[in-house]
Amino acid sequence: MLCEICGKSQATVHYTEIINNESSETHLCEDCARKKGAMLKPHFPLADLLSGLIDFNLPLTLEDKGRGKCPQCGLTYSDFKKIGRLGCGQCYDTFKESLAPLLKRVHGSNEHVGKSSALAGKAMQEATLQLRELQERLQKAIQREEFEEAARLRDRIREIEKKTRKSAASE
Amino acid sequence: MKLNDLVCQTSEWLKGTGPNSEMVMSSRVRLARNLTEIPFAHRARRDKQLAVMSLVRPAIESTKILKTSFFVDLSELNSLDRQFLLERHLISHELAEGKGVRGVVIGEREMVSIMVNEEDHLRIQCIQSGLQLMDAWRLIDRIESELDAKLKFAFSRNWGYLTACPTNAGTGMRASVMLHLPSLVLTKQIGKVLQAITKLGLVARGLYGEGTEPSGNYFQISNQVTLGQSEEEIIDNIERVIKQIIGHEENARKALLGKGKRQLEDRVFRAYGILKNVRVIDSNETINLLSALRLGVDLGLTKDVSRRTLNELFIITQPAHLQKLHGKTLTPGQRDMKRAELIREKLSGK
Repeated sequence: MLCEICGKSQATVHYTEIINNESSETHLCEDCARKKGAMLKPHFPLADLLSGLIDFNLPLTLEDKGRGKCPQCGLTYSDFKKIGRLGCGQCYDTFKESLAPLLKRVHGSNEHVGKSSALAGKAMQEATLQLRELQERLQKAIQREEFEEAARLRDRIREIEKKTRKSAASE
Repeated sequence: MKLNDLVCQTSEWLKGTGPNSEMVMSSRVRLARNLTEIPFAHRARRDKQLAVMSLVRPAIESTKILKTSFFVDLSELNSLDRQFLLERHLISHELAEGKGVRGVVIGEREMVSIMVNEEDHLRIQCIQSGLQLMDAWRLIDRIESELDAKLKFAFSRNWGYLTACPTNAGTGMRASVMLHLPSLVLTKQIGKVLQAITKLGLVARGLYGEGTEPSGNYFQISNQVTLGQSEEEIIDNIERVIKQIIGHEENARKALLGKGKRQLEDRVFRAYGILKNVRVIDSNETINLLSALRLGVDLGLTKDVSRRTLNELFIITQPAHLQKLHGKTLTPGQRDMKRAELIREKLSGK
């Protein structure tokens, strides 16, 4: 079979188009198919599906402009809306307010429960151990009625807790 | 080992063995990982892309499993070689068509491959024959842990591993199974099955819209969700669904063998007859006939051909493979003739 466009080369690309329930078959050679764009998208990346979820292609709002720029890679939220990809790990922190609802919509969850990076695990373990030790010392201080020391320990515990919560939210 | 040595080699995952290999061609698990403090590949300047490469390659090459691996620099390959790697499932479209500093590390027997500077800095994948997702995950888990000890991955406690596309964040894992479901297609039940899959958070690929048959009755089913479930949960979920689909396919095969046995045999042996005698054939027809013959082999209607041979033909009859085998570029018309020759040769050699 010859190509329907140039009528010279052998047709090797065959595709069926269905428009309003009417299907039509097209037979093209590789060159014409490439020109027509029939071969350009052999696969459909999942990322493209995101467009439905991230309000892509809508005019930029003032709010978008207020979302700032990632300090590490310079990506803006409107860049993200255009390409559907973030620029670096830091972007997740920069745009966390917008990403949290998006991730929730895509995955139905906002909390990672799988494998953890050993590095992150270690830091967390250290913080937990330190907290446990401080809490024990606090108990003892209270028993001994050393309230000044107890207050100091309480403040340190609060500080560490605040820090781990923050890094959990932003890392 | 070099790229050209792959031409005469059959990948481990094509051997046609492993659990449920009469319906499951292969199981694949891939993990996406990024280095912290370096922009993702699409946003990294050349010097940063080079930095990723120089950090990552020694780390990969010092892992136990990839000690004997070899590296292919994608920026040095011509389009035929890129297509060749793509057809072997060693790289993705994105890596093949991408720009900049990028490459792939290929492990022994092509079981493991790691793409560098694809959408994410690292895409680690493991493919095995048959339904062996958990095994593939365990292997890849070991490699990842070794890499994690040497590299600093972008990770957040809330959102797990951070990836260029938010659809991969969390585990960064995509587990997929390639199924051969000719009887569900023949009995027109496939639509129902695929519809049910999407409701379970899984995606079926190899389909070009509703009501159309994919090529060769092959369907790739994978998880969509990567955040909020552990790797084992995701795999367990897919395996359960796959086992149910396998059950449906089995029933459909039994039904076809019962009522329509003659028609089924006719279909299988016609395909076999054509493949053994063909002189000119395009890839689309090849894939459909191979699918019909494979069903015959799986049902024990013919014992002349092994599943491995069929799997192998599935790969080597693709355009870039044909051209690599012949050591030169071929026009589509020449390919159709060479393809026919190769099929006849393989099927007569048993």
